[in-house]
Parts: sequence; C-alpha cells; structure tokens
Amino acid sequence: MKILVVDDEMDVRTLFEQRFRREIRNGQFSFSFAYSGEEALDYLHAHASEVVLILSDINMPGMSGLELLRHIREEYPAPPPPQVMMITAYGDQDSHDQALRLGADDFLTKPVDFVALKAKLAAMETHEN
Amino acid sequence: MDVNTSLIIPIAFSMLAVRWMRQLLDLPTRLPRLNRLLDFIWAPGVALLVLSYGWDSNLLDEVYQLFVFGVVLYVLLRCQDYRPARTMMLALAPFVAYSLIELLVAFFGKSLLKSYNEVFDTSQGFTIIWLVTFVLIARNQKKHLERERLEREKEVQEKRRIEAENSQLERMVAERTATLTQQAQELQHALDELKTTQDQLIQSEKMASLGELTAGIAHEIQNPLNFVTNFSDVSAELVQELLEEQQRPDRDPDLEAELLADLKQNLEKITHHGQRAASIVRGMLEHSRQSSGERQPTDVNTLADEYLRLAYHGLRAKNKAFNATINTFFDPSVGKIEAVSQDLGRVLLNLFTNAFYAVQKRQETAGAGFVPTVGVTTRRNAAGDVEIRVRDNGTGIAEEVRQKIFQPFFTTKPTGEGTGLGLSLSYDIVTKGHGGTLDVDSEVNQGTEFIITLPS
Repeated sequence: MKILVVDDEMDVRTLFEQRFRREIRNGQFSFSFAYSGEEALDYLHAHASEVVLILSDINMPGMSGLELLRHIREEYPAPPPPQVMMITAYGDQDSHDQALRLGADDFLTKPVDFVALKAKLAAMETHEN
Repeated sequence: MDVNTSLIIPIAFSMLAVRWMRQLLDLPTRLPRLNRLLDFIWAPGVALLVLSYGWDSNLLDEVYQLFVFGVVLYVLLRCQDYRPARTMMLALAPFVAYSLIELLVAFFGKSLLKSYNEVFDTSQGFTIIWLVTFVLIARNQKKHLERERLEREKEVQEKRRIEAENSQLERMVAERTATLTQQAQELQHALDELKTTQDQLIQSEKMASLGELTAGIAHEIQNPLNFVTNFSDVSAELVQELLEEQQRPDRDPDLEAELLADLKQNLEKITHHGQRAASIVRGMLEHSRQSSGERQPTDVNTLADEYLRLAYHGLRAKNKAFNATINTFFDPSVGKIEAVSQDLGRVLLNLFTNAFYAVQKRQETAGAGFVPTVGVTTRRNAAGDVEIRVRDNGTGIAEEVRQKIFQPFFTTKPTGEGTGLGLSLSYDIVTKGHGGTLDVDSEVNQGTEFIITLPS
C-alpha cells in the first residue's frame, strides 16, 4: 500500500521510516514524502493512481493541508478516491470540522500515536483487500 | 505841623523792604524767628515819630533809614550762604556807606555838604545805580537758583519714582521667579512620572506582544517536543529489536549495525530537537526580560528566522484558517553584527506581526486568487551595512497614514488590539539604539516593505 506523507518537517521521514521499518522491509507499506502542499500535488500528478493514502499536516507554509485536501478532492474524484488523513498540532474543533467538511477521512493530532496509526492502516489494508 | 512827616516814607519803605526781603530770601523758612521780629520794623520809626513830637529834626528819617539798612544788612549777613543775599550785600554796601557819610556830614559839617554838593549828588546817583543793578542781578540769581532748585527737586522726584518702580519691579521679578521655580519643579515631577509611565508602557507592550506570541511559542515548542517523544519511542523499539536479534542463534551483523546506526542518529535528533525547544524558551525569556542594552554579536539571519516563525504561529493561533506563503532569503555573508538581540528581536517581531496582520486584512476582502505572502531578505548592501527587508503583499499604507506610523500611540488597529507603540519603539531601537535607519515603502493594496539598515 502506497502512502504519501506531507509535512514541512524533514525529520518526519526518518521517523516514519523507522516506525514502519518492518512493514517497509516486508513490503507491506511503501512511503513517499512531500515537504509542502505544492510538492504533494506535483507528486500526485505523477503518481495519482499509485497512492492509496495521504497523510498530511495541516499547518505548513504556503499551501496548507486543508487547501491540499480541497485540491485532491477536486482533482481526484474518480473512484476509488485516495484516503486522506489530516494531522495537526492544533487539535481544535474548527480545524477538525473544516477538515471533515472538505472530505478528510480521519483527523489525527500531534504527537502522532503510531500504535493507533498502525492499527488504522492495518484495518484499511484488510478492508482494501 | 509838628509831626515829622518825613519819617512816614522811610517807615513805609522799611515795610516794603521787609516784604521784598522775605520774598527774595524766603525768610519764613530760612530764619523764622527773625522773620517774626521783622513784622515790627515799623516800631522804631513810629517810636521816633512819637518821641520827636514837637522836636523838629530833618535828620530823624535819615537815622531811621540807616537803622533799617542796618537791619537789612544784618538779615543779609545771617543769610550770607545764600548767593542772592551776598549780592544784595554788595548792592547795598555803597548806598549804606554813602547814607552814613551823608548823615555824619549832616551832623558835623553842614558846610562840607554845601561845598561838595555836586560830589555828593554824583555819589548818590552812582550808589543808586549800583544798588538797582545789583538788586536786579540778585533777583536774577534768585530766579536762577529757584529754577535749579526746582530742577533738582524734579530730579529727586524722578529718582524716587524710578527707585519705587525698581523696587516694584524687583518684587515682581522675585514673585515671578518663585512661580517659575515652582512650575519648573512641578514640570520636573510630571516629567519623572511620564518617564516612569513610559518605561512601564514599554514593558507592558513587550508583555502584550509576548501574549500574542504565546500560541506561536507553544506550537514552536510542541513540534520539537513531539519529535523528542517520537524518536525516544522509536529508539526504544529499535533497542528491543536489537536485543531480540542478539538472542537469535543466527545473528545478522548487518541488521545490528543498521539498528545501531539508526539509534545513534535518533539520539542526535533527540538532542537537536531538545535544543531547538530550549532555544525557543530561551528566546521567549530573553524577549520578556528587561533589555540589558548591551550589544553582543548577534546572528541576524537566525534572529529573523526565529521571530518570523513566532509571529506566523502567533497569528495562526488566533486565526486557524489563516495561511501564508513565507519567502525567506538569508544572505550568509550577513553573519553576526553587534546588536542588542532582544531589542532587534522586538523590532523584527513587530514588523512580522504587522506584515501578517496586513496580508490577513487584505485576504478578508480579496478574491480566492490572493495568496498572502510575507517575505524577509537579508543582505549586505554596497556600503557594507546590513539590510533586513520585511515585505508583505497586504493592504498597504496610505500616504497620510505613513507619515504617522512611527508616532507613539498611533495605530490603525481597533481599540484594544494595538498599543500603537510597536513601530515607534522599533524606530527608536533601530535609530537611537543601533544608529541605523528604518524606512518604509508602501502602496495601497499592493503591499508594504520595511527596510532596516544597520551599520556593522
């Protein structure tokens, strides 16, 4: 399952690669990384059909995660649409409501609980198959 | 007729002479007692008149006349320090001498009188002319003296008036001085109070800007703390995996080496993010502390980057939907300059906060195509000075407002949102504190650029 992680913090890559080292090693998940909303859109334009799940930070300079979400929902309505999970350090109700309104599938707060995330991803994978 | 009528004329003359003398010599004030006695100048004449009743003598009038002259001379002698009196004595002397001689001759040698009749007549004429001449001179002298006296009196009066005015003026000056001194003291007091208030205001403005930053700071600390937590967790997992690997009979040395390398990397990341959080806390503490005013080598690029993030997250905390593109260009050749970092940080924070405020305001009215953008550029200009440009594409500043933005307490923000001290303090910090300049370039609905130039 291909997952695109969008966050302006570079270290997120190291973190995900270590957290999911086993899953990556045995080919369960494959991760790509983008460091801004714009970069993420570029990546999607090239690899749209491959990406199953997008994990995006909301708070980024330039295009925000919510804008990215809007673009994704506009540009890729074709079934099956990619799953989008929003991650934010501000766990406020406003952002949460806005994310769901724009079509987010899930809403996570930082620091990310990787155990819970793994469980969610595993559930998604079984659902896919 | 037995009465010596010839005496009547000298008596009348004597009284006239007294009157005239009084006038000339001002006797009532000069010699008051003698003056009263002179009222009785007629008495000897009348006494002679009575005594000579039935005794005809044509010399009585001459005797009395001499007596009157004697009195007059005596009076004049008493008044000799008065110049007209001396002149009068000179005037009378020949006439009196002549009268005396004539009388003596009349007594003792009537024949002599007859034979020298012409000489006597001539002498008498001469003495009379002499008398009249000097009387006139004496009168003139009196007039002259009188005039002088009046002038002197006037001068004295004038002098008194001036003295009175002087003392009046001196009193007024003293009063005014006292009032002014009191006013100066009151003003000094007011000034001291104002200075205290200003210091308090500056401090409270600092605290207010810190308050605005709280959320931004919290976010900035939260991020590295998340990494610390996450990397610690994942490191614990790696250690577990390493331990498991070591228990296996067919250990994979490559995997173990990879795990150890990751562990090392993670520990470095933990240190890095821990220090990042610590530096933000340090920056916050520095910002809230009273400025020491001491210049220290300050990395302008780092400072600008730090405060840009703080300002951005501070605004985002208040307006979650807000997002902006941030362009930074930090010229590495800027390096470190001597600056009061807390103060310079305040200036940057202020300019960034304003920039974000302006783009946010413009976004409220602008269409969907508007991309709020805030940028900061540092460079060394041709003169070798450090230049920091803070640019936004916000609402811009109208010309009439631009002239006032550096004035204390001037703000376009709604009441309660801005202290109106930010830019005026920034201006002072840049110009007075660092000897630099703070310029502004702006166009309404296009954007604003603030340019800080610091000599290095």
